[in-house]
Amino acid sequence: MSLSFRKFLDRAFLLLLVLLFGVAAMFLLLLLGYVFVKGGGVVNLGFLTSMPKPVGEEGGGVLNGIVGSLLISFVGLLLAVPVGVLTGVFLAEFPGSRLSKLAALAIDVLQATPSIVIGILVYLWVVVPMRGFSGLSGAVALSLIMLPVVARSTEETVKMLPPSLKEAAYALGVPYHRIVLRVLLPSSFSGIATGVLLSLSRALGETAPILFTAFGSPYLVLNLLKPMAALPLIVFNYAKSPYEVWHQKAWGASLVLLVIVLVLNTTSKWVSNRWKVRF
Amino acid sequence: MQTVETARADDDALTPPALKEGHSDWPSFKKFLGLFPLSTSMLVVGMALTLLVQSYVVFRELGHLFLVGTEWDPVYGSYGALPFLAGTLLTSVLALLLSLPLSMAMAILLGEYLRSGLFSSFLQGVLELLAGIPSIVYGFWGLMVLVPFVRVLQETVGAPTFGVSVMAASLLLAVMVTPYAASVGAEVLRLVPQDLKEAAYALGATRLEVLLGVSLPYARSGLFAGMMLSFGRALGETMAVTMVIGNANRLPTSVWEPASTMASVIANEFAEAVEEMHLLSLVALGFLLMVVTVAISLASKWIIQHLAGGEGR
Amino acid sequence: MESAVLKVENLVVSYDGRRVLHGVSMEIPEGSVVAIMGPSGCGKTTLIRAMNRMHEVSGNASTEGRILLRGQDIYAMDPIEVRRRIGMVFQRPNPFPHLSIYDNVLAGYRLNGIRLSRAQADSLVEEMLRKVYLWDEVKDKLKQRGTFLSGGQQQRLCIARALAMRPEVLLLDEPTSSLDPKATAKIEELVVELKRSVTIVMVTHNTGQAARISDYTAFMYLGELVEFGPTDRLFTVPRDRRTEEYLMGKFG
Repeated sequence: MSLSFRKFLDRAFLLLLVLLFGVAAMFLLLLLGYVFVKGGGVVNLGFLTSMPKPVGEEGGGVLNGIVGSLLISFVGLLLAVPVGVLTGVFLAEFPGSRLSKLAALAIDVLQATPSIVIGILVYLWVVVPMRGFSGLSGAVALSLIMLPVVARSTEETVKMLPPSLKEAAYALGVPYHRIVLRVLLPSSFSGIATGVLLSLSRALGETAPILFTAFGSPYLVLNLLKPMAALPLIVFNYAKSPYEVWHQKAWGASLVLLVIVLVLNTTSKWVSNRWKVRF
Repeated sequence: MQTVETARADDDALTPPALKEGHSDWPSFKKFLGLFPLSTSMLVVGMALTLLVQSYVVFRELGHLFLVGTEWDPVYGSYGALPFLAGTLLTSVLALLLSLPLSMAMAILLGEYLRSGLFSSFLQGVLELLAGIPSIVYGFWGLMVLVPFVRVLQETVGAPTFGVSVMAASLLLAVMVTPYAASVGAEVLRLVPQDLKEAAYALGATRLEVLLGVSLPYARSGLFAGMMLSFGRALGETMAVTMVIGNANRLPTSVWEPASTMASVIANEFAEAVEEMHLLSLVALGFLLMVVTVAISLASKWIIQHLAGGEGR
Repeated sequence: MESAVLKVENLVVSYDGRRVLHGVSMEIPEGSVVAIMGPSGCGKTTLIRAMNRMHEVSGNASTEGRILLRGQDIYAMDPIEVRRRIGMVFQRPNPFPHLSIYDNVLAGYRLNGIRLSRAQADSLVEEMLRKVYLWDEVKDKLKQRGTFLSGGQQQRLCIARALAMRPEVLLLDEPTSSLDPKATAKIEELVVELKRSVTIVMVTHNTGQAARISDYTAFMYLGELVEFGPTDRLFTVPRDRRTEEYLMGKFG
């Protein structure tokens, strides 16, 4: 092969790569474009603050979905964060122990499990004994999804802390439990917060695990023991319906969901950069 | 355990109060801390056991018919899951194949050509966005935009224009799983030792030749692991698939037909399953799905840890 | 010799079964500066860390022998109490990055949950920062993070933090080896001044430093205490041939 031909291939290949990237970017553009344009036509203050209306009636919104999503996700956080953070601390502090190896495997398994299967599990564990769907079971399902993310990011952050930090505290006669609680955890705050924000963003977007746990509701429900609405469920139900009006609302709900998720992702990046404790 | 000690209000000298004897708490706090990884582990063990036990009934009652039977009709009590196994496999394999050029291109761009700089951040941003979009949004968009497009394709090919089909699901999945293989691939390509590449450049190779001859072979196990990861993700994807695959509970004979996957049939039928056997069959499907997905994920993680970046060490 | 505040009796330290210190005995006189010097690997770091039981924190250490702090064996005491009475400053300055300068000085109290009134805290911080000659340099930036200071300033902050606990002995593990000559000189001056209020034991890799500021010097080699005595004497008429060779630079 002549040199000029080889060079030509080289250039052509780069062009191919850029083209393929263009395809991916185009998909993204189409996706975001449709959601923002179609959704933008529907979302307004009324949409965000009013309740869904039956077919045929004007107006209606997704307030119950927003409230429900936030409620289930925050309860899920309350369940996942303490267990996740402290598990992560243990994994970072005692990496050789058998318990750590077992827990690391468990976290990997949990993270790899499809979210629909997590929904099945929580159905069997919570919905069946409770004899009914509930926001609480939805929160439990989401907490199982958030747990591995929080645990891993905590573990990684604590592992990266320089040992001189613990040394300095030991030398001041600080007992171990205070070293963990008053030195390690505060120093890991930005890493942990990043993990929490990312897991929250993921949980808010999940539909499958709450399909048969929280189940959804047309009402504004604040009681965790009852079935509860959530934004992804609203999108699903509106999308499945045959009514054009509801399809429009589905775009609107998708836009709201997408914006929330993007804001959380961006915030977590910002937290990671801004609050990073430099050593 | 919290002993709040107050410094004695001496005039000048502030001395830390002496500790009580035998206060050293390292072993007991370690035990306390250990409760959390323990409960995490117990949780997951419990999860596996619960699903196994519930599925066992199905396997015992239906035997191998569950896996090879092609009739899934809850009304008549027949639960042959082959259509879903086939649908899952078909869509995931097709998705992987379709995503390969995209993810490899992104991986090579990020791992070799654009390792830093403005465009590199832009590329990473695109990948992160793609990965961050909730699957229900993908699904709805797929239903509204992709499905009509597939109908057009079907017209061109002369197939019945269902729109919702294996092809639609595979296309959508391909876009969704691209970020996973792309970022793993980019990472392992970045790990290719600079001096190996320089040796090739010094022999007069072009960039493409170094890529094909040195970087890609070096990183091949990591790239493979990235593909496995994508495949695993495709297997478990539920909402996006449900919306565009048509949910037909029969064995697909072509990619232009509607079908169902294990995940999509669970999503569709679980909440309304009245018959106990129906419910348990869905649970059994979920159990199978979990086993396969977890196995693939663990295997690809193992490959990344032990083989990728370690070639020739 | 003045009374010994710290008495090391036949100290043997092993890591994972391997002996690192072979029966070291020495007395640290009160109000003095004692330098421990020797080539790398001689055990000087292990020795000083054994003095506040820091060597137990990382790895599998087993200890035989005693170290008496004013007559009390520190190996029979709670290690946490030992470290409150014997402070330590490390080779690389390590102020807590998530705490301000103010809170760093008080870290020993804060982290241990000991409450101080605002007035007590303010006066303690000022007293300690003045002692290490940092007060004028940082009095307007007390609320800033400690990591924004220069290396030398950070190290002085760490000394202030250790002194705030009013220890009876202050252990310095090669405190100036990561600092530039100017900062080193400042710390050396400080050490000489501080011995009036706290006994100081200092590991140094620099024989000149030992000669400059210590009252007594210990020379360690291969885990043994080869020689210990008043600095002037040890440097001019060393009793052991190995000491002499080390001082002449025959090995480092």
